[in-house]
Amino acid sequence: MMAQFRSQEQLLHWIDMVSLMLVDLTEYLDTHPCDEVAMDHFNHYQSLYKKALREYADAYGPLTLSTATPDHLWCWGLQKNPWERRND
Amino acid sequence: MFNYEKRLQYPINITQKNPQAAAFIISQYGGPDGELGASLRYLSQRYTMPYREVAGLLTDIAVEELSHLEMVSTIVYQLTDGLSPEEIKAAGFDKYFVDHTLAVYPQAAAGFPYTAASFQSKGDTITDLYEDMAAEQKARTTYDNILRMIKDPDIIDPIRFLRAREVVHFQRFGEALRIATDRLNEKNFYAINPEFDLPSGSAKTDFNCPQKQPRPMIPPSEMNMPCCDKNKLH
Repeated sequence: MMAQFRSQEQLLHWIDMVSLMLVDLTEYLDTHPCDEVAMDHFNHYQSLYKKALREYADAYGPLTLSTATPDHLWCWGLQKNPWERRND
Repeated sequence: MFNYEKRLQYPINITQKNPQAAAFIISQYGGPDGELGASLRYLSQRYTMPYREVAGLLTDIAVEELSHLEMVSTIVYQLTDGLSPEEIKAAGFDKYFVDHTLAVYPQAAAGFPYTAASFQSKGDTITDLYEDMAAEQKARTTYDNILRMIKDPDIIDPIRFLRAREVVHFQRFGEALRIATDRLNEKNFYAINPEFDLPSGSAKTDFNCPQKQPRPMIPPSEMNMPCCDKNKLH
């Protein structure tokens, strides 16, 4: 498991990076809808992104409702909000 | 529809309080060239935009601007969280405090509340895309002005990120303008307004989606991806 090698902060940083690639490629593809190389890149980062979101949800709680798997506690609503400082 | 992700687009962790900085950075939240105006501008313009690529781009950039809105308000929140009445008075933050305590409120650096009068949704493809390109440059200038007045690296870092995204969006809107003009009368781009003069639904796209024949995906090992060290990243 990748989680063993990454702290919560490292994994979140990884998600930020992969997701920015997706945002940037999305906007690029909007104006270059036939660029197959860009689409390969999109698919590549898309799979990394999905995998990382799953890994994060399993280890630290869901960042998205689509990766939330509530059991005995509604962690979606209880976990840290994005605007809170790292060490608060 | 929209979905929320419980993270910022780019990390923000500001440890030094700075109400003076908050008082002008808030302009990128609710000021004339701020992120709220940006997202509402693009979200409003997209419905009558007759070219699908351009309407899609307006949507995707508007969504990114909402992420930027959240980043700017996070910066303001962290810069003002935990201020004492003495610190508020000393920093001249008392005028804001009296109306909003330490809550985040969309206003310009000069103090006036957010107004939709700072953007247009004109219903003319060329007009709106030039407005969008100008908006990205105005936001870029505002971030440059903010960077001139800030020394704290915890603030500079996310502001630089936001500035860089304005430049990317300017490029994308320029490409969208090209896509639009390529479909207009090359001797007179203004012969018609495609948002009004074309029959409804007549100029949606040159392409047929979904694509009929799937193409085999190139394995990542054969892709040229300079940013990706495959030994380090899974």
